[in-house]
Amino acid sequence: MEFKRPDGRKPDEFRKIKALVGIIPNADGSAMFQTGDTIAIAAVYGPKKMHPQHQQNPEKGTLRCNYNMLSFSVSERIKPGPSRRSQEISKITEWALEPSLMLDKYPNAVIDVFIHILQADAGTRCAGINAASIALAHAGIPMKGLVSSISVGKLDKTIVVDLTKSEEDWEEGEGATDIPISMTDDGKITHMQLDGNISTKQLKEAIELARKSCKKIYEVQKKALKETIKEE
Amino acid sequence: MTTPNLNAERIKKSLEKGKRFDGRKLEEFRDITIEYDVSKKAEGSVKVKIGNTEVVVGIKMDVSAPYPDSLDKGNLIVSAELLPLSSQRFESGPPRIEAIELGRVIDRGIRESKFIKFDKLCIEPGEKVWTVFVDIYSINDDGNLLDAAGIGAVAALKAARIPKYDKEAGKVLYGELTKEKLPLEKDIPIVITSHKIGNKVIVDPTREEEDISETRLTIGSSNGNISSIQKGDSSALTIEETLNMIDLIEMVEREVFKKIEKFLK
Repeated sequence: MEFKRPDGRKPDEFRKIKALVGIIPNADGSAMFQTGDTIAIAAVYGPKKMHPQHQQNPEKGTLRCNYNMLSFSVSERIKPGPSRRSQEISKITEWALEPSLMLDKYPNAVIDVFIHILQADAGTRCAGINAASIALAHAGIPMKGLVSSISVGKLDKTIVVDLTKSEEDWEEGEGATDIPISMTDDGKITHMQLDGNISTKQLKEAIELARKSCKKIYEVQKKALKETIKEE
Repeated sequence: MTTPNLNAERIKKSLEKGKRFDGRKLEEFRDITIEYDVSKKAEGSVKVKIGNTEVVVGIKMDVSAPYPDSLDKGNLIVSAELLPLSSQRFESGPPRIEAIELGRVIDRGIRESKFIKFDKLCIEPGEKVWTVFVDIYSINDDGNLLDAAGIGAVAALKAARIPKYDKEAGKVLYGELTKEKLPLEKDIPIVITSHKIGNKVIVDPTREEEDISETRLTIGSSNGNISSIQKGDSSALTIEETLNMIDLIEMVEREVFKKIEKFLK
């Protein structure tokens, strides 16, 4: 029997993707990234002087990311405030974005990135990273390029891209494997995680699908940024 | 309290020639030992040493209501504390990101491998299930606490015995352990971390080596099947480097299993 995804997508087909730039006027840079029912917004403030002073780094600036899910972004309300999960994702996001930034231009400074998930249907960390990377570019931070992020995975035996929550909870056959990956636009991996069960061979296929998929995300991010230039 | 630049440079230069300060090969682990019953009060407990790195891991169990999304399954809660006792670089207070990440990576390494049969930890569906607490403490940090914690968690789970439960009183009778072990699969999950330093990849770093690691890839696998990955730190990896690290870890996993097999209960 041929494998079918619950929403009828092809294995390498994204959900509907949308990126908007400049959604928060107060911020130095901001963006929204949506894939299907997952919506992330990100705002960048800075570079500004790092406080408290003892956290200043005289060699390079600090990227400080804060990932948060709004309490009503999922079916069962989550307690507001930082959780162990959100703190880990904040750190992962910093690691994913840092290689793309020229932080050595801003010694003793901090760049704050605030990411909030308005609506969650899996892939929130990837959507957050995508939004944050656009917002950093929008803020005019010197960058080597953008970072694009996508979740690839395996449902039963099939490698797929951009999993929904119901796909992440897939239980038939071999179940679901979820692999969020982030890449620079020259194809280097800055973030990778995996939950599930997969052979080395299929993992390599999944990484190849992620490489192709990140290229597509990159085009969407670039287009959104170009549109702002036209307007201004 | 990081490694001085002078040492860092020398370690890097030496690695370029394929040499480590302690004479190991790049993909070679230090000696591993596991001792049991570090605490009689725990349902299972171990001390794991990898070279001079040491962690203790204890298992406690409790009966509580299940989570709404898994009414007929037991729960797993993994937490880690990096004690100031184990290194000058750790401070007292609420867990910082290093400890939080460590706990979560080990949690996923165990959970995703399906090592624990959670459905067998159900006492009364929707009402009462066992929760398994895996608590990890660092005792001496000489690098690679992560892999030590992973080995400790698995060894402690395998050694643990379920305490008696008084159904009528709804009370766990701690101290009165049954002979029953935890419901576990045969294949054990092992968490291995590889580090990139310059253009070399090493496993099981000492503290000094870990300090100059540019990025790390932690892979949890059992019997050749990968069930969890975490890339840590902010240096990028090419796809080729990533695939090489995946292949390397597959080999190292077998080596580590050989080293710990004789200790496992």
